[in-house]
Amino acid sequence: MTETTKTPAPDAVPTPTPAPRGLLPLPTAAARALLLAGGIATAASAYLAWTWTAEFPGDLTFNGYPGGLQWLTFTAGLLTALFALASYGVRGLGWLLPARNNAPLVLTALGGFTVTWFTVIAISAQLGGVVNLEPGGWIAAVASLLPVLGAFALPQERTGTDGTKETLKAYVAKPDRIPAAQATAPWIQRAVITVVTIIGLGVFTYGIDTEYGELFIGYLFVVTFAMWALHTAGLMDRFSALVAANRSFTLAMGFAAAIAFPFTQTDDHYANIGVNILIFGTVALGLNIVVGLAGLLDLGYVAFLGVGAYTAALVSGSEFSTISGVHLPFWASALAGAAASLVFGVLIGAPTLRLRGDYLAIVTLGFGEIFRIAVNNMDGDSGPDVTNGPNGIANIPDLNFFGFNFGQAHDIGGFTLGRFANYYLLMVLIMAIVVLVYTRAADSRIGRSWIAIREDETAATAMGINGFRVKLVAFALGASLAGLAGTVSAHVTYSVVPTPYQFAGSTPPNSAFLLAAVVLGGMGTVAGPLLGAALLYLLPEKLVFLQDKSLLAFGIALILLMRFRPEGIIANRRRQLEFHETGQLDVPKQTTLTDEPAVTKAGA
Amino acid sequence: MTTPVLEARDVTMRFGGLTAVRSVDFTVNAGEIVGLIGPNGAGKTTFFNCLTGLYVPTEGTVSYKGTVLPPKPHLVTQAGIARTFQNIRLFANMTVLENVLVGRHTRTKEGLWSALLRGPGFKKAERASEERAMELLEFIGLAHKRDHLARNLPYGEQRKLEIARAMASEPGLLLLDEPTAGMNPQETRATEELVFAIRDRGIAVLLIEHDMRFVFNLSDRVAVLVQGEKLVEGTSDVVQADERVIAAYLGEPFEGDPGEAEAAEVEAAEAAAEAPSTTSSTKGEAK
Ligand SMILES: Nc1ncnc2c1ncn2[C@@H]1O[C@H](COP(=O)(O)OP(=O)(O)OP(=O)(O)O)[C@@H](O)[C@H]1O
Ligand SMILES: [Mg+2]
Repeated sequence: MTETTKTPAPDAVPTPTPAPRGLLPLPTAAARALLLAGGIATAASAYLAWTWTAEFPGDLTFNGYPGGLQWLTFTAGLLTALFALASYGVRGLGWLLPARNNAPLVLTALGGFTVTWFTVIAISAQLGGVVNLEPGGWIAAVASLLPVLGAFALPQERTGTDGTKETLKAYVAKPDRIPAAQATAPWIQRAVITVVTIIGLGVFTYGIDTEYGELFIGYLFVVTFAMWALHTAGLMDRFSALVAANRSFTLAMGFAAAIAFPFTQTDDHYANIGVNILIFGTVALGLNIVVGLAGLLDLGYVAFLGVGAYTAALVSGSEFSTISGVHLPFWASALAGAAASLVFGVLIGAPTLRLRGDYLAIVTLGFGEIFRIAVNNMDGDSGPDVTNGPNGIANIPDLNFFGFNFGQAHDIGGFTLGRFANYYLLMVLIMAIVVLVYTRAADSRIGRSWIAIREDETAATAMGINGFRVKLVAFALGASLAGLAGTVSAHVTYSVVPTPYQFAGSTPPNSAFLLAAVVLGGMGTVAGPLLGAALLYLLPEKLVFLQDKSLLAFGIALILLMRFRPEGIIANRRRQLEFHETGQLDVPKQTTLTDEPAVTKAGA
Repeated sequence: MTTPVLEARDVTMRFGGLTAVRSVDFTVNAGEIVGLIGPNGAGKTTFFNCLTGLYVPTEGTVSYKGTVLPPKPHLVTQAGIARTFQNIRLFANMTVLENVLVGRHTRTKEGLWSALLRGPGFKKAERASEERAMELLEFIGLAHKRDHLARNLPYGEQRKLEIARAMASEPGLLLLDEPTAGMNPQETRATEELVFAIRDRGIAVLLIEHDMRFVFNLSDRVAVLVQGEKLVEGTSDVVQADERVIAAYLGEPFEGDPGEAEAAEVEAAEAAAEAPSTTSSTKGEAK
């Protein structure tokens, strides 16, 4: 089609670049058909029985109704078919593939293949052999392979002389240029954001509610490939543009979704997971101010969560509190917790923030451990009696706002909100405060000076920034936000003990996990640490079969991520440009600040 | 014309056994453009660092408009001296506009609370800062690149941006450390115009340069620093004609030749610093 219009004059040399063709020698039409048919077949195969016994979790023994992991296969197959239809140019689906590229097709096909084969292999491995597969399982395995074959038979521009590895990379690469979206009316934009939020809430809720490890792994496969596909299709960029144009609306929708979450849950256990993720995420966001904005590597951050929690426990009126006569209302204990953390932040920061880089990291690591050990020893034996040592402060009473007892289930509009759901909603409020503090501080004179200090401390001070002072402000602000979250966490967990407030452990929150949540999610963003925290909380929670190997798996995952996406899952624009030298137009290739000039210094 | 903005008295900077700057007295008057030249390793940058508080001088004082400056960089900037760096030190991952806004730091007051509360005062101050920054970007001709990351600018524009960032602090004296290093002749010409335009805004300029035509064209007065000591100071003609200056650059022995050992030490330190090839040839002559 387009080739014919570009055909050179007959006497010209034949064009040196070969016409694009696929890795697998199939005609394009067949490749497309394979994708579409394979996608539909994959989705349909989810309706068959894959195994004969209900022993494999999720009960995949029914014909006519998908169960557990089959739902994921169904979703992936459906997505593949949708993208295939869009590639045919079906009316109404054009928006799915604005750049008309292959990558989304390849990725959704791979997603279906991965989740289906994972399930089939898991069945065989768990039940002891492939004999446990019903014909439906075999059909699913074959059906999910078809779209992959089709995808790699699609013509790919950059096949040429490059090696197979380059070609494979090209298959899943995002095109440089995504056609701009047509202007749409504001109400349509908002409708899109609303729909995406609802889908997002659904996807997130599904992830939290997964009942067994295999389902969670399958879920991660499908979500990862689907997100990757949407990214390469350019839909993520388009959505970001929508969000940028409707910032406050998106924020409101985000919080509406966060509030809606407990109403979608029937089991308070999942609300418990929710509230723990929120606590973890809020603290990670506070750490993001210190690490992401000001660039101060704080390895003892969890201590501030502990200070807040202990303060709240002491003034909660618990009979185990060493000042058990004191029972402050929550607003007062929240302020007290934040203030106590602030004081500790300043006390620890004032001497340490004069250090730079690695030294600061080591010293904060030390202070973090000192906190835990001190709390462990202040039991009246080896120190003053403040914290009851390893026994901690138990029986922390539930909060009570104007007669609304957080410890009891309440019926609201036909929904029952259990104890954890109550605390969850309180945490949403706290998180809203922290998000507000983060965004406002980041986009201001003080936020800019934090970033400047991170970028080049010498230049920053030469620009008139009092380095020590702004670093101390960042440190203290981060500390008090963690303390605030700590006050709620004390009530949620009934008791506070020293053990969780350590540097590294296999369950969050601890300083290492907090830092990982920030780095993994995306430094310097709001959504990044929250997503990172959710992932890092859910992984050990859901993958119980990993047990003591979870830290190993976690380490490997972190290394892989840092290798392939150093800017974190959600990239701040700044960091994206930092790690990948593209994305900004009219930029000469080889200019970086470190390049020495071709100097004209004549020395004479 | 003769009110001094900057007065350095007897500034000495020693690094262990090496005296990089030796008892330098130096004055810059309001409205002046002063050049500071000298061979590589003469101590020019070190002298700048002493003036701006990045180094605490071993001896001597620096005063700005009659008040002695504490050797703290942020207080020096606050007082009204701004600088650029020999090896560009922009905030690489901030945008062009943000870089200039950081330069406004000392001239704005909004702290954390006003950032969190976002009262009308905060918005007004932010808007005013941005206007002022944009005006400076117009002035140096980078307004169209306001949202680019500093690291993505071509070299010459990075130099210009550093000047704009320094000017954002509304200084009375601007110190430029080799502003044309790495520039082509056209860019150097443009920078010359830029320096004159800066002076016309009432900002005194003290600049280090190796491009002699540039320095002698621009400067009302030129001082020559050799091995940490101020050798000559005067108008372009006087300095250009001075035998000692020629000797210092071309390597004839001059009065008060420092000991052999010290010369070797300076030589070694110079070699350690990345010396571009053009300079090594000159140094060869100097031996
Ligand atoms: N922090 C430091 N510690 C030790 N020695 C230093 C330090 N800074 C500079 N020096 C030494 O002081 C001397 C003067 O260096 P300086 O950078 O001031 O020279 P310069 O005149 O700016 O040279 P150039 O023209 O190459 O920029 C050199 O010998 C250098 O090695
Ligand atoms: Mg220098």
